[in-house]
Amino acid sequence: MVELTLPKNSRMVTGKTWPKPAGATNVRKFQIYRWNEEDGKNPSVDTYFVDMDTCGPMILDALIKIKNEIDPTLTFRRSCREGICGSCAMNIGGINTLACIYGMDEVQGDVKIYPLPHMPVVRDLIPDLTHFYAQHASIMPWLETKTNRPAKEWRQSIDDRKKLDGLYECVMCASCSTSCPSYWWNGDRYLGPAALLHAYRWLIDSRDEATGERLDELEDPFKLYRCHTIMNCAKTCPKGLNPAKAIAEIKKMMVTRSV
Amino acid sequence: MSAYEYETHEFDVVVVGAGGAGLRATLGMAEQGLKTACVTKVFPTRSHTVAAQGGIAASLSNMGPDHWQWHMYDTVKGSDWLGDTDAMEYLAREAPKAVYELEHYGVPFSRTEDGKIYQRPFGGHTTEFGEGPPVQRTCAAADRTGHAILHTLYGQSLKNNAEFYIEYFAIDLIMSEDGQCQGVLAWKLDDGTMHVFNAKMVVLATGGYGRAFFSATSAHTCTGDGGGMVARQGMPLQDMEFVQFHPTGIYGSGCLITEGARGEGGYLTNSEGERFMERYAPTYKDLASRDVVSRCMTMEIREGRGVGAEGDHIHLHLNHLPPETLALRLPGISESARIFAGVDLTKEPIPVLPTVHYNMGGIPTNYWGEVLAPTKTNPDAIAPGLMAVGEAGCASVHGANRLGSNSLIDLVVFGRAAAIKAGEVVDPKTANMPTNKASVEQALDRFDGLRHASGGTSTADLRLEMQKTMQADAAVFRTDKTLSEGVEKMGAVAAKLDDLKVTDRTLVWNSDLMETLELTNLMPNALATIVGAEARKESRGAHAHEDYPDRDDKKWRKHSLAVVDGNKVKLSYRPVHLEPLSKHKDGGIDLKKIAPKARIY
Ligand SMILES: Cc1cc2nc3c(=O)[nH]c(=O)nc-3n(C[C@H](O)[C@H](O)[C@H](O)COP(=O)(O)OP(=O)(O)OC[C@H]3O[C@@H](n4cnc5c(N)ncnc54)[C@H](O)[C@@H]3O)c2cc1C
Ligand code: SF4
Ligand code: FES
Repeated sequence: MVELTLPKNSRMVTGKTWPKPAGATNVRKFQIYRWNEEDGKNPSVDTYFVDMDTCGPMILDALIKIKNEIDPTLTFRRSCREGICGSCAMNIGGINTLACIYGMDEVQGDVKIYPLPHMPVVRDLIPDLTHFYAQHASIMPWLETKTNRPAKEWRQSIDDRKKLDGLYECVMCASCSTSCPSYWWNGDRYLGPAALLHAYRWLIDSRDEATGERLDELEDPFKLYRCHTIMNCAKTCPKGLNPAKAIAEIKKMMVTRSV
Repeated sequence: MSAYEYETHEFDVVVVGAGGAGLRATLGMAEQGLKTACVTKVFPTRSHTVAAQGGIAASLSNMGPDHWQWHMYDTVKGSDWLGDTDAMEYLAREAPKAVYELEHYGVPFSRTEDGKIYQRPFGGHTTEFGEGPPVQRTCAAADRTGHAILHTLYGQSLKNNAEFYIEYFAIDLIMSEDGQCQGVLAWKLDDGTMHVFNAKMVVLATGGYGRAFFSATSAHTCTGDGGGMVARQGMPLQDMEFVQFHPTGIYGSGCLITEGARGEGGYLTNSEGERFMERYAPTYKDLASRDVVSRCMTMEIREGRGVGAEGDHIHLHLNHLPPETLALRLPGISESARIFAGVDLTKEPIPVLPTVHYNMGGIPTNYWGEVLAPTKTNPDAIAPGLMAVGEAGCASVHGANRLGSNSLIDLVVFGRAAAIKAGEVVDPKTANMPTNKASVEQALDRFDGLRHASGGTSTADLRLEMQKTMQADAAVFRTDKTLSEGVEKMGAVAAKLDDLKVTDRTLVWNSDLMETLELTNLMPNALATIVGAEARKESRGAHAHEDYPDRDDKKWRKHSLAVVDGNKVKLSYRPVHLEPLSKHKDGGIDLKKIAPKARIY
C-alpha cells in the first residue's frame, strides 16, 4: 500500500461497498480512499463498480462517472482533463500520476486510488499542497535582470532556448516530490524535485542575471543536498520530465563555481 | 435567515480569477499602489489559460513586415464588424508592448535564428489589410504558450508579493442598496469558512462558460461564474449568442489541436481525401477564420463526406510535415493526439470535429474594463465598482468571432488597462463603504438553500440535460426551428434548478455543492446564449443561421443585451462603437479600410 499520512488519532477501516451498476456486463472494481474531517469517522477505502462500456478511457473519466452517477460526495481536484493544469495528481495503482492522462488499461486488476503519499489530506483525494507551493515560491520563480531592459525582447539563441526544454513544461502536480523518500522524511527542509527543477529552469535561462544569488540560496545541507539520486521523481513524472537530472546539474554548477 | 459567520477583509481592489487576465490585473493594481486581493477557485497555474496552445498575437514584425493597423483590420474583419472599433484599436496598438513585457517577465518564447520571439501564422491574420499573404503574427512558446505565460505571470505575482486567496470560491457580488458593487462573498474550500471581501473595485476575471455545452475544449472549471454573478444582480450579458467552435477538437474527448497545427502546414480532408477548404476559401484555405472553417467542415459532414464509421468527423493531416518540425513546434499536441486519439501524427491523420471553444459574449465593458449598465439614454453608462476582463468580459474586441491568438493578448492588454483605470478612479486613502449586510445575507441564503437542496434532480443530471440541449440546438448550424425549440427546452431545463438535489451537506471541499453553484452560473449564461441566438435573424461570425444566411448590417449591427430573470430572458440592444481612438490624420486607421464588406477569405 502507499505510504499515507493518516489524520491524527485515526486508523484505516474498511469502507462502504457501493452497489454494482444494474445490467452492466463489463464492470471494473475501484477502491478509493475516503476521509472527511467533518463526519468524524476514520479514513476508509470505499469500493465502487464502474460500467466500462459507458465510461471514457482515463482514470479521471471513471472518477467523474462515480461522482455523477454513484456517489456525489467523492472529492478530488480536476480541471483541464488533458494533463496540463496539474490538478488531478493522485496515487493510482501505486504510482503517482495525473488521473486525466492515465489510461484505465495501464492498471492491472482492481484500481486502487489514494491521495499523493505523505501529504496532509484535506479530504478524500485532495492533499494539502500549501508547503509544496511555498517551496516553489522560495526559489524565486521569475526572471531577475540587472541590465536595463531593452525596448524590445531580450535576445536568446535557439540553442539557449533549448536548454529550457524539459524544465518549463512542469505542471506543478507534485507527483515527483511526493514519490521521493528524501522528501518524505525531510520535506520540511529539503526542497524536493519539483522546486529544484524550477530552480534550475531559472538558473539556466540565458536571460537571467541572478545566478550567483540563486546558487547562494541553495547552498545548504538540506535544500539541495538531500537528493540521493533515488530517481523516483523521473520515473513517476507524468510529463516525462527528469527532475533528478536538473538537480544533478545544479550540483555541477555549485562545483564549477567553487573552483 | 441562515446562520453563517463570516470574516471580513478590507481591500482597495479584489480580483476574482487568477488566469491570464486576473493575474495581469492583479499585478497592475499593485503597481498602482492599490491594496489588492486575488481570489481564485483553483491554484493560479491551474486556471484554464494554462491550456492555451498556439500563441499570442502582436505585430512585432519578427518574421516579415507587419503593422498594428493590419492586426486591427484583421480583428475587425474577424469580428464580422461587430467588435467595438475603439477597443479593437486599443488591442492592436498595445499588443506589441504587452508581449515584450511578458518576455521581460521571463516567458520562454520560442526563438528565431537571430534570437527574437518566434511568430507563426494563424487563421485570419493577414498582411496589407487582407490583400497580402498570411502574416506570421502569433508569438509562440512551442505549442504551450498559455502554460508558459500563466506560470510566468504567477511567478511575477510572487515577486510582487500579490495577496492570493487560493481555493476560495466566489459565490455572489455584494451590492450596496443603490446598486454599487462593494465586494464579493467567498467560500474557503479547505476549511469551509465564509469570507466577505470588501473593496472599492471588484474585477471579474472568471473566464468563459464552455461547459454549458456537451463537447467543449475548455476545462471543467469554465463555468461562467462571473456572468452568473452579474446576471443575478439583474445586469445584462452581451452578445452571448456568439459561441466559437474550434475546427479541430479531437473527436470524442474534445481536447484541442491548436490552429497552429494548420499554421505550421497542416490541412483538412474529407472522406474523398479532398482538401475541401481550397474550394470554400481559395485564398487562405485551411487558414481561413475559425467560424468559416468550422462551418465548412459541418457542411462536408452533412453532405455525407465525413470520415469514420459514422461519417461524422474530418481528418487533420500533419503526417506530411517533417518529424523534426512536429517535435520542435508541436510537441504538446503530438502527445495529446497519442493519448486522446491513439494516433501517431507523424504517420496518420487526427480525427477532428468542430468543438465549443470560446465565448465572444460576456459581461459588457468599455476598453478600460469598466462594466456597463446601459440605460435608455446612455448605452455606455458605467456600473460603479465593477470591472470585467478576459473571457468573462466583452469589451468587445472579438465581436461575432474571435481570431485565434487574440484572446491571450486580450487578457494581458485589458488586464493592464483595467489596472490603469482603477489607478484613476480608486482612491486608496478613503475608507471602504460599510458592508451591506442585507446583500451578504441574501448571498448566504442562496448558498444555504443550495447546500440543503432536496429536490428530485441531481446536479450532474441537470447539467447533462443542459449541455445536451445546448449542443443540439445552439451549435454550429442554427435554424429558426432548432432555436425556438431550444429556447422552449432550455426554459424547462432552467426551471428544474428549483428541483435540485444536493447529496453532500458538508462544508469542507464539498465539490457536490461547488458543482451545483457552478451549474447555477452556467444556466443564465446558457439561457442568454440561446435566447439571443433565436432573436438574431441574420448570420454573422459564429452565429450562422440557415434561414438568414446573410449578414444584415442595417438591422443587426448592434450588440445584444440579455437580462436573465429566473428562466426568462429579456433582450435589448446597444449600438456598436464605430469610432476608432485616433483619427486617420493623427496616425489612426483609414475608416475606408474597415468599412463593412463581405467577409471572404
Ligand atoms: C484548449 C484551449 C486552447 C486555447 N488556445 C489559445 C491560444 O493559443 N491563443 C489564444 O489567444 N487563446 C487561446 N484560447 C483561449 C484562451 O486560452 C482563454 O480565452 C483565456 O485563457 C481565458 O483566460 P481568463 O484569464 O479570462 O480566464 P481563465 O484562465 O479561465 O481563468 C479563470 C480564473 O477565474 C477563477 N474563477 C472562476 N470562477 C471563480 C469563482 N466563482 N470564484 C473564484 N475564482 C473563480 C479561476 O480559478 C481561474 O483562476 C484557448 C482556449 C482553449 C480552451
Ligand atoms: S516535475 Fe513532473 S512530476 Fe514533478 S511537479 Fe513537475 S510535472 Fe509534476
Ligand atoms: S485535470 Fe488537469 S492535469 Fe488532470
